Amino acid sequence: MSSKFTPAQIRNDFPIFAKVMRGNSRLTYLDSGATSQKPRQVLDAERNFYENHNAAVHRGAHLLAEEASEAYEGARQKVAQFIGADVDEVIFTKSATESLNAIAYSLGNSDPKSKYALKPGDRIVVSEMEHHANLIPWQQLAKRTGAELVWFEVDADGRLDLSSAADLINVRTKIVALTHQSNVLGTINPIADLAEMAHKVGALFVLDACQSVPHFPVNVSQLGVDFLAFSGHKAIGPTGIGVLWGKSEHLEAMEPFLFGGSMIETVTMTQATWAPAPRKFEAGVPNMAQAVGLGAAIDYLQNIGMDSIANHDSELTGYALEKFSRLSGVTVIGPKDNKDRGAVISFTIDGIHPHDVGQVLDQYGIAVRTGHHCAWPLMRKFGIAGTTRASFYLYNDFADVDGLIASIEDTKKYFKV
Amino acid sequence: MELDSLYQQVILDHYKNPQHKKLVNEYSAQVHHVNPSCGDEITLNLKLVGEKVESISWDGVGCSISQASTSIMTELVLGKDIKSAFAILAEFTELMQSKGLKSGDEDLLEDAVALAGVSKFPARIKCALLGWMAFKDAVLQSQDKLGE
Repeated sequence: MSSKFTPAQIRNDFPIFAKVMRGNSRLTYLDSGATSQKPRQVLDAERNFYENHNAAVHRGAHLLAEEASEAYEGARQKVAQFIGADVDEVIFTKSATESLNAIAYSLGNSDPKSKYALKPGDRIVVSEMEHHANLIPWQQLAKRTGAELVWFEVDADGRLDLSSAADLINVRTKIVALTHQSNVLGTINPIADLAEMAHKVGALFVLDACQSVPHFPVNVSQLGVDFLAFSGHKAIGPTGIGVLWGKSEHLEAMEPFLFGGSMIETVTMTQATWAPAPRKFEAGVPNMAQAVGLGAAIDYLQNIGMDSIANHDSELTGYALEKFSRLSGVTVIGPKDNKDRGAVISFTIDGIHPHDVGQVLDQYGIAVRTGHHCAWPLMRKFGIAGTTRASFYLYNDFADVDGLIASIEDTKKYFKV
Repeated sequence: MELDSLYQQVILDHYKNPQHKKLVNEYSAQVHHVNPSCGDEITLNLKLVGEKVESISWDGVGCSISQASTSIMTELVLGKDIKSAFAILAEFTELMQSKGLKSGDEDLLEDAVALAGVSKFPARIKCALLGWMAFKDAVLQSQDKLGE
């Protein structure tokens, strides 16, 4: 079920939209792909935690410790329900980057006899459109274990070249790690099909869901993946909180990655045993207020409805793609059709470097991302140094797109191209 | 417009028509520098004869600020001795770090004073310094080699 919402009303919940930008302009925030803005409800939830319930979770016999634990575990419950998972399968980390590294390290720490261990000759499959956070951990794991890193190529339209899927995902493949939606191209990948292929050869499927979970309904069991990572800050939640979801059978069998307080069952001077998941993977006092803030963010998003947000994103993207197609000297890097595509538009302007584009847009209060977007190999593939990227979210509207298009025309005039 | 303080005409001219932007194959040092935050790259060839910058040439991709700044730099240091070139480099670096409070010594910096506005845009200072840092590195590498 989905209903319309009004971005202008949404913006009233986000204090940052009151800010006056360069050139005395209002803020047109088109950089949610990097980080989203935060509504008052999220900020209040964090503040309320510190002001009324602050204590180290899972420790102490006092009232505050009880309340803090309840708030923290309540947030875990919200995340689990949000992505269709069991609550014990949800691990809080500091970021999606940490989540992905944790999986790579944990698998790398496996007993050599375990089915999770990697050895020379095994394969790890990624793609050319991965964010550095879902590329380098696997590069490094391959180096540490002697496994081979192979990848899906990206075609000219910015889609995965699936013709090589059967070659890439074969009996030697142990891990397939892919992004749900490219942070640069906006491409949404056919995850359920690829996860099924991975499982047929006994491989694990790791999903980077940073760009998908905040924008459309994501259900881990429907996708059939084994691990999923996303960050709170791209989903109108606080910074410093990320989620690692893993199937319980894996989490049970896997070695922890960080050791210390909270994650143990028993400890002697020479030995330790581990608490069950998720505690096993949450050493130290966690980012509690941030987890609670993420819970509030999920409440906010679900109150609007993820279907509604997905529809809104799609309408804006379709509208923007149509406008972009009519701009001369401007090239969209990524799919031009609005099918299986998220609310991210990367583009180049002939004769103007992205940094200069971003600078002129900034003068109109338009915040975009410029550069390689932590996807340097993808830039090389397209033979470009970088792009300018506009990414949309629930607080953006058609007027924001119009403003962007008009400012691109002004940028061209300014640089006389 | 505030933007005009950043994009002075001199900068746009150098961007459209960069000087010494064609690698000369004879050099005492070749360096390659990147700006990891935006992916800009520069290759710079430098030939020192004694203490003098005999030849300097470069190629690369980057924004108008990095391209213009490198172009201006090559014009400034070509034919100068290292000591004078480094004095210009020091003055320019100080200007970039001035947060818009300095206008720069025009006798020393010539066209490079047009880049003064960059210092008000923290994200662009690295762009302006990319070529200059490559030059500094190339001098040090040349001296290392010549000293061997």
